[in-house]
Amino acid sequence: MIKPESLLRPTPAGLYCPPGDFYIDPTQPVDRAVITHGHSDHARAGHGAVLATPETLAIMAERYGADFAGATEAAAYGVAVHRDDVEVTLVPAGHVLGSAQAVVKWKGLTMVVSGDYKRRRDPTCPPFEPTPCDVFITEATFGLPVFRHPPDGGEIARLLRSVAQFPERSHLVGAYALGKAQRVIRLLREAGWDKTIYVHGALERLNRLYEDHVVELGPLEPATVATKQDFAGAIVIGPPSALQDRWSRRFPDPVQAFASGWMQVRARARQRGTELPLVISDHADWDELTATVDELRPGELWITHGREEALARWSELNGIKARALALVGYDDEEEDG
Amino acid sequence: MRAFADLLDRLSLTASRNAKLTLVRDYLRDTPDPDRGWALAALTGDLTFDAAKPAFIRKAVEERMDPLLFRWSYDYVGDLAETVALVWPAKPGANREPELSEVIDALRGATRAEVQRLIEAWLDVLEPTGRWALLKLMTGGLRVGVSARLAKQATADLGGFPINEVEEVWHALHPPYEDLFSWLEGRSDRPRPDSPGRFRPTMLAQAIDEAVDFGRLDPADYAAEWKWDGIRVQAVNEEGVRRLYTRNGDDISKTFPDVLQVLDFEGALDGELLVMGDDGVASFGDLQQRLNRKTVDAKLMARHPAGIRAYDLLADAGEDTRLLPFRERRERLEAFVGRLATPRIDLSPVQPFETWAELAALRASPPAGDPQIAEGLMLKRWDSIYEAGRPKGPWFKWKRDPFLIDAVLMYAQRGHGKRSSFYSDYTFGVWAEVEGKRALTPVGKAYFGFTDEELKQIDKFVRDNTLERFGPVRSVKAQPHFGLVFEVAFEGLQRSTRHKSGVAMRFPRIHRIRWDKPAGEADELVTLERMLAQMEGR
Repeated sequence: MIKPESLLRPTPAGLYCPPGDFYIDPTQPVDRAVITHGHSDHARAGHGAVLATPETLAIMAERYGADFAGATEAAAYGVAVHRDDVEVTLVPAGHVLGSAQAVVKWKGLTMVVSGDYKRRRDPTCPPFEPTPCDVFITEATFGLPVFRHPPDGGEIARLLRSVAQFPERSHLVGAYALGKAQRVIRLLREAGWDKTIYVHGALERLNRLYEDHVVELGPLEPATVATKQDFAGAIVIGPPSALQDRWSRRFPDPVQAFASGWMQVRARARQRGTELPLVISDHADWDELTATVDELRPGELWITHGREEALARWSELNGIKARALALVGYDDEEEDG
Repeated sequence: MRAFADLLDRLSLTASRNAKLTLVRDYLRDTPDPDRGWALAALTGDLTFDAAKPAFIRKAVEERMDPLLFRWSYDYVGDLAETVALVWPAKPGANREPELSEVIDALRGATRAEVQRLIEAWLDVLEPTGRWALLKLMTGGLRVGVSARLAKQATADLGGFPINEVEEVWHALHPPYEDLFSWLEGRSDRPRPDSPGRFRPTMLAQAIDEAVDFGRLDPADYAAEWKWDGIRVQAVNEEGVRRLYTRNGDDISKTFPDVLQVLDFEGALDGELLVMGDDGVASFGDLQQRLNRKTVDAKLMARHPAGIRAYDLLADAGEDTRLLPFRERRERLEAFVGRLATPRIDLSPVQPFETWAELAALRASPPAGDPQIAEGLMLKRWDSIYEAGRPKGPWFKWKRDPFLIDAVLMYAQRGHGKRSSFYSDYTFGVWAEVEGKRALTPVGKAYFGFTDEELKQIDKFVRDNTLERFGPVRSVKAQPHFGLVFEVAFEGLQRSTRHKSGVAMRFPRIHRIRWDKPAGEADELVTLERMLAQMEGR
């Protein structure tokens, strides 16, 4: 049996595949890259050639401009592509629009790089597809037993209850611009909120892109046009950083909400001045991480980033060899979550 | 249980008083009896449990999961109840969640071992917020930023009544308060308030407007007294039921057994709780040593003996005196206090005066002795009845002018709620000799006293002159030739070991912003030390 390190190995620039000469989600500019999804810590501009799903390529072009890489190749979900002797297949990861796991096969060895993923339903992207493998390379952003994300419907219901309870105030929801914002909007529509949702300028292009890719978002308006009073009773969505910035002052006595897995921990909410934490995450929580590892039962578990030590401990206790790669450059403390 | 848990969860992160009132009121409106009554009792502190010790909770969770994973989780979250609520393994197919009243019924009469089994079974069936709420309830003290007063205000709001009406009946009621809710919702008469030892809602004074009021008020209509610097209390002894209440009706009898012991009368007194030393009344700092304690030891009582300076009589041997004019109440008060044998209840003297100018002079330079540390003067209309609330006209407070110093802004912290996009909480300092160098030392923190417009300007100053950021706090450029000077007003000074400067201010607020003043010309620490020596050495 070939050693897994011959196929994929951690390097300072990210996971590198020597026989195929490519990196997966490199954190520095490289000649050949495979990109799992469009979040800026995984998808950077300036690579020579990029392989990704068509949706991820569209997101990168929207964020960085059409010339974000020397060359691009789109690989639809489930279609095998070759890089020298290595076969790469992108399969859904359920994280955001276009997000994929990279299934890498070479000489009978199968390794799966999950990228970021979650296991629960997301109305904006297809669900995670478990793929049997010798080595499963997982993230562990929420790799502690304290992270148990509740059903998102309940969180949206809490938001709508608060809107009804405080009709004179506006509700400002912090949500990461790619993925989370559109998912929150979609969940609000599913819960019956058909009024105009006001959005921060930073979300507009990505919203349009999501709408082009089959996700209907309903009536949206930029959160700039109306006068202060018009925002009473309204739901406004903006990137998390804007909530604590001067931008938020145009709203009447806003209830600050924040949609993130980090909101599970009260101290984190308090620290940010969040009055209404909404535990809605695009990452797998502890139960999803452990259930996924248990379902796949890979020969080895590699953990790229996050709280590696706890997930490694759990794997060892459950008889699965685990290894923490401690890759740097992926923002697990930041606003994506 | 779920609605109660959601309420606590929401309250714990809500800063605005109005928002808290809405949350509590809506909960009480939407939740059936008896659950809402138990919840109200938990919020007002009338229902506390000490059923689960941290060691038991820890042991229970470590039986269910890897202790190392638990430790890492606890290290990350930092709060035991919250950690356990999150990590507790869900039990599939468990029973339905208990209602709050079921929890309370089950705990009654359960033995210690049974209590522990019950708690574990409830943790199995609740979701994380419910587990967190249960653990908070079981370990005593909810600590969600709601005072008993606020909970009563929300209760009164439910029926559209003034809070006094709720406070007056409160001590005749018991959880789960079904008779109270029935009255508030118009289904029955108001519960009878006249149980012995009950609290009578307090009459409060308005601040006098010197420019307007003295021109239209006749000095002959008013009595003047010193405004004592303690806490307002109501001392009651009726048919052997002795109680000491704060002005909000919180029962503090247990904290002051020495005071309770000297209430050898039949009636209800309104007065100021003070620490009474051999050489007169001690400062508020001494009284603070006695406040907010659940248990008191004899040493503490001996060192800081408390007493009451009486200024009104609300009940006299079974007779309600509140509808008598103040002049008559005062005469009866003097006779009442005169009959008492203890030095620990004395009379707040009435200060004779003829003109407002004469009274102003008295306020500006109080005579030697206790008036030196009074907060100012009280004016009470001789013909006024004792009326709950803050009626306009009969009572005025005329506070001493505040102390003022010029201090330099050193740190700014982001505010909460409405102010979360503003740096609105300011730590300021004065100049001191630190290791041979003249440097700023922090002396206090203030977050009000400025207008919204001024807040915007200060916020801009903070953002433009940030040195470093520590989470929600920024340090601000503050040097002799550059910095922002605040004129800070405060009510008094105390020695403090917690502050590096050794002094702590009472009630500091921003009085004026001195954009014009060079930071190097702000006050020195020695100025504060001199003020403190003066206050202590009266």
